[in-house]
Amino acid sequence: MVILWTDGLIFTLVLAIAISVGMMLRKPHFKRPLAKITQSKTSMVSLVILLCFAGVGLLDSVHYKDSRTGEIISLLDHVAKPLTEQTERTYSAPFSAYLYSKEMIIHDDGREKWDYPRLKYGAAHLDNPAQQKWPDILSKAAIGLGKGVLLALLLYLVFWMIRGRKSAEPYRPASKAALLTLFAIISLFYMLAYLSHWYHVLGTDKVGEDVFYQTLKSIRTGLVIGTLTTLMMLPLAIGFGIMAGFFRGWVDDVIQFIYTTLNSIPGVLLIAASILMVQVYMANHPEQFASVLIRADMRLLFLCLILGVTSWTGLCRMLRAETLKVREMEFVQAAESLGVTRPTILIRHILPNVMHIVLISVVLDFSSLVLAEAVLSYINIGVDPTTYSWGNMINGARLEMARDPVVWWPLSAAFLFMFTLVLAANLFADTVRNAFDPRRAEHG
Amino acid sequence: MIQYIIRRVAYAIPLLLAVNILTFILFFVVNSPDDMARMQLGQKHVTEQAINNWKHQHGYDLPLLWNAEKSGLEKLRQTIFYQKSIGLFLFDFGISDSGRNIGHDISERMWPSLALALPSLIVGLLVNITVALMMVLFRNSYLEFGTIVLCVILMSISSLFYIIGGQFVFGKLLKLVPISGYDSGLSAIKFLLLPIIISVISGLGSGARWYRTLFLEEVEKDYVRTARAKGLSEVQVLFRHVLRNAMIPILTGVVVVLPLLFMGSLIMESFFSIPGLGSYTIDAINRQDFAIVRSMVFLGSVLYILGLLMTDISYTLVDPRVRLS
Repeated sequence: MVILWTDGLIFTLVLAIAISVGMMLRKPHFKRPLAKITQSKTSMVSLVILLCFAGVGLLDSVHYKDSRTGEIISLLDHVAKPLTEQTERTYSAPFSAYLYSKEMIIHDDGREKWDYPRLKYGAAHLDNPAQQKWPDILSKAAIGLGKGVLLALLLYLVFWMIRGRKSAEPYRPASKAALLTLFAIISLFYMLAYLSHWYHVLGTDKVGEDVFYQTLKSIRTGLVIGTLTTLMMLPLAIGFGIMAGFFRGWVDDVIQFIYTTLNSIPGVLLIAASILMVQVYMANHPEQFASVLIRADMRLLFLCLILGVTSWTGLCRMLRAETLKVREMEFVQAAESLGVTRPTILIRHILPNVMHIVLISVVLDFSSLVLAEAVLSYINIGVDPTTYSWGNMINGARLEMARDPVVWWPLSAAFLFMFTLVLAANLFADTVRNAFDPRRAEHG
Repeated sequence: MIQYIIRRVAYAIPLLLAVNILTFILFFVVNSPDDMARMQLGQKHVTEQAINNWKHQHGYDLPLLWNAEKSGLEKLRQTIFYQKSIGLFLFDFGISDSGRNIGHDISERMWPSLALALPSLIVGLLVNITVALMMVLFRNSYLEFGTIVLCVILMSISSLFYIIGGQFVFGKLLKLVPISGYDSGLSAIKFLLLPIIISVISGLGSGARWYRTLFLEEVEKDYVRTARAKGLSEVQVLFRHVLRNAMIPILTGVVVVLPLLFMGSLIMESFFSIPGLGSYTIDAINRQDFAIVRSMVFLGSVLYILGLLMTDISYTLVDPRVRLS
């Protein structure tokens, strides 16, 4: 078991989320917004999708040393072992039996021919791909789908046995939709996994690596950027925000000065400078980073840290404004006149009353951070080039789109996964905002 | 009013100083003047003498922030920081590490940036407001629902996909516009068309939704009900009352980004190889040309502070209730 820095933080975050959700469930004033979220079909469906992404990400966050090769791999690598091992020489289209580029093929009888060679793994079990390929794909897909459906049904059965005993409450439409989504995801995913034993379902990239595997690995990077950045910025934003609003005077002046300064530096330039700094540090101290993976992980963490430093100002300003309002309310003044100490007022009275803003902005920021990662990787100031990420895939796609015939599959794969994740996050964020924003709460 | 502006300008000085110190430290933690010299001279085996010469030529042969050898104020003055910053405050950007005049480069590259950014902003604003007004006019209908869904979908797609997709479809397949490049004068239009359309579309999702919430907030106010009660049609209400009142947050939101338009868009410009300030900055980052990056950071901060000031002033202009103090 090897715990990388981001792994540790991710699991801390999962724990923190679990605890805070548990606490929210017990507080009565959270009941109404939470009920609103669980009753909405879109929010439940997108939540299920997000959880599936999170599941893949978590699976990819449990690292250990492989006893055979001595490399650090994750559980996801272990599960997807066939995908990592079945590498071709270069590009090949999804479900293709042939390589993308022509090569000189030497037949058994010594003849030479300039043609597309067969793939080493993709559709290698077929004798005559031109005729057998599509029937074979269809039948394999049907078998895979069938197995997937069976698996999903089995899971339901277990779930039903646990749940069914306890409550006789009928299914609501929202939970029905959520269960259906889960059902579809499990079946489809199982089908793709089953098919990828024989085919490269999303093709292979320039060095012949399976694109499906790459997109799955990229999920973790996207999630880490989206969540850990928030984790980094929250202490700054909350601490400074409510202190500036509560103490006012010189504390307010100093904090405002800090965030105006940070804000007025163009964000990209600040990130670029910091990433360059990290790069130089890593180049000068290679002994501190035992492997490429650890180095890439540190860079990912730094990126989150820097994104956090550049993005806390917005939330800080909102919290300051809200605290200015809350501190004038009667209950705060009552607490003050009763002699409650200031730190206690801050934590017991002010903080809980601005928490909804924090929650909303955390959920809203997630999708923009996932999108920002791609842009930053494009300017070469994002994640390490060896890290699997959608940004790096898109970056590579610029040259691929200029080839003839067009290599469209890495870009499409990155697009599909990124779009699904961001769309789900956006839809979920909308319902969360509608549920928790008191101004929107009245009109349904 | 004038007093207020003077006070704000005075407040900007410590801000800019802080920005300067921050970027200075960030970049000099990264590489010492020796490293910079080696990088700019570009040879593997550079003699000590050549490095010293380069440092002397570009004024990097002084201590960073504090010169202990001198006395009095000279302790502060005879440093790289002081020498390199004082020019910035006078908007004299000096010579870049690769030997070009930065001020001249900026004044030349500003125009392509502006030619891309200004139409993008104006067209984007018009389209966003139109879509948002339409959604409010047909609120609680399938049309509104469909538009919202479209907006969410549009904002869930990374801008990189719009650019790559747009270049591929319109540039490569349909050959309607050149894929990238730039030309002077009016012939630049055909190069700018696609970037402008793409930036409008990529901003449409979030923009239209944001304006919709602004309009919806206004629609529920009492004066709107009064306007309806006195017999105005819904369209009249929207254009005469709602739009005019919602213009306050919209205008001030636009004013704050106006000065920053000069900085150009990093992504768009480098994808479409438009020789603006955005691509200038990216090139400088990749070449680690410290002098250019620092000038751009300084310029960006000045423009941002200017934007904030203009926002405050525009508040008093459009909303007579606001008084500056």
